[in-house]
Amino acid sequence: MIEAVVFAQVGTSPAGRLLVDFLSLGSIYALLAMGFVIIFKATQVLNFAHGALAGLGAFLVASFATVLNVPGRWIPGAPQWLRWTLSVLAALALATLIGMVLERIFIRPMLGEELFAVAIVTLGLDIVLRTITNDFIGTQARPLGDPFGTRVWTIEGFTLIPWTIIAQVVTTVVLVALIALFFRSRLGIAMRATAFDQEAARAQGIDVGRVFSISWGIGAALAGVAGIFLSLFPRRAAGVDQSTAFFAFAAFPAIILGGLDSVVGAVVGGFAIGLAQALATEFLVGVSWLGTGFAGVVPYLLMLAVLLIRPYGLFGSEEIRRV
Amino acid sequence: MRGRPLLRTSYEADQALFPSVTQRVAITVFLLFLVAIPFFAPGTIGAEGSLPGPDFLASSDWLRLLATLGIFAIGALGLNILTGLAGQVSLGHAFFMAVGAYTAAVFGSAPGPLWGMGLPIWVWLPLAGIIPALLGVLIAPTAVRVRGLYLAIVTLGLVFIGEYMWRNLDFITGGSQSGRTFPALEFRFWQEEAPVLTLSQSSTWFGVLNMSSTAKTYLFILVLVAIMTLVAKNLQRTRIGRAFMSIRDRDVAAEVMGVNEFKTKTIAFAISSFYAGIAGALFASFIGRTIPEQWDLLLSVEFIAIILIGGIGTVSGTLLGSAFVILLPRLVEDLTRLGERLVAEGGFWATVLDPLVSTGTGDWGLVNTSAGVAPGLSVDQLNLVIYGALIIAFLIFEPLGLYGIWLRIRNYWKGWPFTY
Repeated sequence: MIEAVVFAQVGTSPAGRLLVDFLSLGSIYALLAMGFVIIFKATQVLNFAHGALAGLGAFLVASFATVLNVPGRWIPGAPQWLRWTLSVLAALALATLIGMVLERIFIRPMLGEELFAVAIVTLGLDIVLRTITNDFIGTQARPLGDPFGTRVWTIEGFTLIPWTIIAQVVTTVVLVALIALFFRSRLGIAMRATAFDQEAARAQGIDVGRVFSISWGIGAALAGVAGIFLSLFPRRAAGVDQSTAFFAFAAFPAIILGGLDSVVGAVVGGFAIGLAQALATEFLVGVSWLGTGFAGVVPYLLMLAVLLIRPYGLFGSEEIRRV
Repeated sequence: MRGRPLLRTSYEADQALFPSVTQRVAITVFLLFLVAIPFFAPGTIGAEGSLPGPDFLASSDWLRLLATLGIFAIGALGLNILTGLAGQVSLGHAFFMAVGAYTAAVFGSAPGPLWGMGLPIWVWLPLAGIIPALLGVLIAPTAVRVRGLYLAIVTLGLVFIGEYMWRNLDFITGGSQSGRTFPALEFRFWQEEAPVLTLSQSSTWFGVLNMSSTAKTYLFILVLVAIMTLVAKNLQRTRIGRAFMSIRDRDVAAEVMGVNEFKTKTIAFAISSFYAGIAGALFASFIGRTIPEQWDLLLSVEFIAIILIGGIGTVSGTLLGSAFVILLPRLVEDLTRLGERLVAEGGFWATVLDPLVSTGTGDWGLVNTSAGVAPGLSVDQLNLVIYGALIIAFLIFEPLGLYGIWLRIRNYWKGWPFTY
């Protein structure tokens, strides 16, 4: 079960705590949601394995950076931050590759099949990946060995960890890059065409297989990035553990809220869920009749409420039916 | 004309539940075999007597396994009606099972620190189906408004919201620490002291049959499974069943033909939740004590695995799938133990199996029986991986599941030795 996220802010004002909670959670949800959306937008596949990919990505970073020291072991004398960054990049490259391989083996044969069937295949994939990754992680959390360590920044009375700021930057960059990809590049047009109608796209000379492959690669990489942030700052002392993969389920409300096929919607939805959860953590924890763990279900309640009013999310494209 | 299996001369014959004589005979023999299972053990009939048959099936742990199979089959039949017939993908089956279980607890358990009314089984068991069904009716409008993949995620949310509720409604569920006990399977007229018939103690029936408690529970569940299967099978050839299938195949076309989408989906949710509630109540009652975390997403996924592996949309496939998914962990465990023994003995098999079985802290292998000590997956983890892999494999290679494999075998032999 998803527990309310605990932050390591000490001695800040309620407003500051709220802001930091909101930004941290919001950016994680937004990153997770954008990973979902790119796969859905290009291939119409609802990827239940996204959480498992996030856990896997974070685990790869933990192994590369702390246990294996790859590629740092080949560059003697490099400063720690450089070695760590290179490890992250190497791990993300491997995650991308894994995403592409998984797509090639498990999703490609389902090309043209019913959307449900493909979604359930990814559900099976999620179980397999999550179980194996968790077995590798073991019962102890694995630290990511980031160069900031336990350092905190204090700005105008706000105590925050550097990762909060970095996550905002990364989220913004990814958002801009994805929008540029979708609306300003040939590949983006190919992706939108594939999502619209695979057969017609193929008839236009679009390599549908390549679109699938690339979108799964990007999706897996984004999941990895989200996984890193997930194990870095909400529960920062610990690192990646068995619940990291499960946490990504909480990003489902975010994508539903924004609409399955909207990048901007993913970010808005992500931050909206983050805000709701931060507010719930701040104000509703002491309310006794709500019991424990209410902040964990706030995203789902919000999702239900929005869906009943707008069945395709806030930004999703409506399916037109006439009878 | 007689004796040609596929020649049907009337609509009734075409729609018959068991169209051929062979089928009727086979099903009767199979049912008799199932009823006979508890009597395979020596000493069950009179002082020494037993029926001839494989007596390991009559052992207590196999009867428990078979009873669990029956309970899961009931739940899976429910999900099959919703997902297989009506085409509404639901990840929320565990939620409705939990509602059924806690309804049973509230009405059936003896009053104590937790809620309980101590009513007899003929009150709590039907209510354990009816209350989830009513809840299903409440959820159904969402399914009309929210379609397809969105619905899958909404029902996913239901499981998480449910889990939060069960953890916090500790006056009903007992909370995460201790959980609660559920009513035993005992038949009373009302709240009198001595039950008319109890399934939780062994007794002698008709002066000759020595019935253990597991044997009685097994037979009770067998009867329920038979009834629920018959209802589910029959549902497919009713007006409602056909409406379900039309909504599944093309909702717009179904509405054009006059099928009321709202009503049909509501009924589908109600029936499916009824089955889930009964299964949940039986399951909780059978294992005796559960904690709220029992009813998690994994349970829902297990049911999805059952209907997908068995063959979506078919009743016999659902039963096959339940057998497969429930017996698989047992098989994996037994094989692992066998592997461990063979590796310990050494010789040829040790060389072959060593990469598969991990025996100690330093020994790498795919699977081990002492979780957390040796590297490799535990039996539970290996089972999960196998579920996941089977879901993927069946969807890719045989979307009709085990039922589809059976169909192909049957069709091959039907024309044998000719190719068609």
